[in-house]
Amino acid sequence: MYEMLSSFAQTGGLIYFVAIFAVVLAYALWPRNQRRFDEAANLPLTDREPGDE
Amino acid sequence: MSSLALKRGGADQSTWIVSGIVGLFAILSLYIAANATDRMMGVHALMFLAATIVWLVATGMWAGKLGTRDPFDETKYEDTLVKMGVFASMFWAIAGFLVGILIACQLTWPNLFYFEEWGWTNFGRLRPLHTSAVIFAFGGNVLLATSFYVVQRTTRARLFGGMLPWFVYWGYQLFILIAGTGYLMGITQSKEYAEPEWYADLWLTIVWVAYLLVFLGTLWKRKEPHIYVANWFYLSFIVTIAMLHIVNNLSLPVNLASSKSYQLFSGVQDALTQWWYGHNAVGFFLTTGFLAIMYYFIPKRVNRPVYSYRLSIVHFWSLIFIYIWAGPHHLHYTALPQWAQTLGMTFSIMLWMPSWGGMINGVMTLSGAWDKLRTDPVVRMMVVSLAFYGMSTFEGPLMSVRAVNSLSHYTEWGIGHVHSGALGWVGFISFGALYCLAQWLWKRKSLYSVALVEWHFWLATIGIVFYMVSMWFAGITEGLMWRAYNEFGFLEYSFVETVEAKHISYIIRMAGGLLYFAGAVIMFYNLVRTALGHERINQPDSAPAASNPPAAAALQPAE
Repeated sequence: MYEMLSSFAQTGGLIYFVAIFAVVLAYALWPRNQRRFDEAANLPLTDREPGDE
Repeated sequence: MSSLALKRGGADQSTWIVSGIVGLFAILSLYIAANATDRMMGVHALMFLAATIVWLVATGMWAGKLGTRDPFDETKYEDTLVKMGVFASMFWAIAGFLVGILIACQLTWPNLFYFEEWGWTNFGRLRPLHTSAVIFAFGGNVLLATSFYVVQRTTRARLFGGMLPWFVYWGYQLFILIAGTGYLMGITQSKEYAEPEWYADLWLTIVWVAYLLVFLGTLWKRKEPHIYVANWFYLSFIVTIAMLHIVNNLSLPVNLASSKSYQLFSGVQDALTQWWYGHNAVGFFLTTGFLAIMYYFIPKRVNRPVYSYRLSIVHFWSLIFIYIWAGPHHLHYTALPQWAQTLGMTFSIMLWMPSWGGMINGVMTLSGAWDKLRTDPVVRMMVVSLAFYGMSTFEGPLMSVRAVNSLSHYTEWGIGHVHSGALGWVGFISFGALYCLAQWLWKRKSLYSVALVEWHFWLATIGIVFYMVSMWFAGITEGLMWRAYNEFGFLEYSFVETVEAKHISYIIRMAGGLLYFAGAVIMFYNLVRTALGHERINQPDSAPAASNPPAAAALQPAE
């Protein structure tokens, strides 16, 4: 039982993490997201009050 | 009362809800104070009672004077709390550093500060006072203050919850007070960085859930379409600390009026839970929270967007997914299964990549503005903090390798490693953020004195170098002495000889701590004068070049 669980955790964990990393990379590098990321990156540089539109 | 009854806004409800919770605690602490089974619990119940009564009276008096004014005006940011947080951070920093110097002296000259009849002066009680004061009181207040500032600015919305953030702020200070006085009285559950007992843990859980609600609520009502990356880091810090805190503190009190409790886990399971918690306190309290500071304050201070927003996304997800597994490296050569030790070690080595990715992202934000390193000591402080971050996130994976750990574990090398991260990375990025906040919140053209920031920077940097080098030397010396055998197979050195060998290193470490402390005192003075609106004449102008007065005007003779 212990052997089975630990080998499942080890192999399953490897596949799970590689898959998640691939998804994150795809999301970060997807060309269509570039504009959104540029906008977000400039967010801290403007000084606006909560009431401003 | 009348003004509160007249209005029907959510903010007023929040005042009633918070006061209701505080009132419940007042009754509960009165009950515990009357039935306490040990004196320490009695003292803490009375402290709780006093704090809750002060809160209720202060809220009542404040509400009575409100009139028709809306205290939680949605068209303004909640900055009073952030201002209070700046000074709470400085206060706890100085208190925590002072206790650090005291225990460094105790280690160097054990007889100099030893009073048999005063248990609270014992190293064993003062040491958690130091660690909690610098990590949770100083670091925690910096995180509270900066997260409240950043989430408002990047969502263009006032903090959610009206009175709720005030409850978070004061509730957190009460937790610090209960934890600190508890250590001095001898209350501890003997878990490193999680020493406070069950009732303090429960209180912190309530405060922390309120903090999460404030943060999520502010994100929810944001007026910007995007959630800036710093907020992701803050959110991961708040959520993960909640999870770690609750699981590691699962315990059963002896009874409701006792300060003593027993852990749910035991043996190796308890050890693994503790170091899963312990290492992620480093990962999610001392790293992601302060990376959030990096992602907001460095771009803002140098007025440039972060070097690569894409890198920041990869940085975020890989850092949080890898960090959570690194804890087992604290349990090499123990009853923990070997594969779990190896897993902790492997993930610690992988952690090097996201750590350096984040560091590079922060440093490269200065591209095209490198001159600010020379002209603005606040920027220099934040960039040097990243250099220390890079160094200690390289040293950490190295020390997590089982073979290296066999030399470094339990030695002063570990203490040196922690302090290069804490003094260099967490301390310097916090100082940088607090200098920025003081100038921006009180709307000053510059700090009171830029020269004093220079003094702070150099004193603290030299202090860290003293600290790190002396602890490397002491740690490797004692590690080698512990494993030295003579020709008959006996240990070469007795334990006391290994202690004696560290004496000079201890003196240098204490001197390093003093320098760092001196820098913080100078900073405190500088921030007070900045808040008061003072400005030293004849100081180099740190404002952007465009707003400098023309040189000719400055040279004109007086009329």
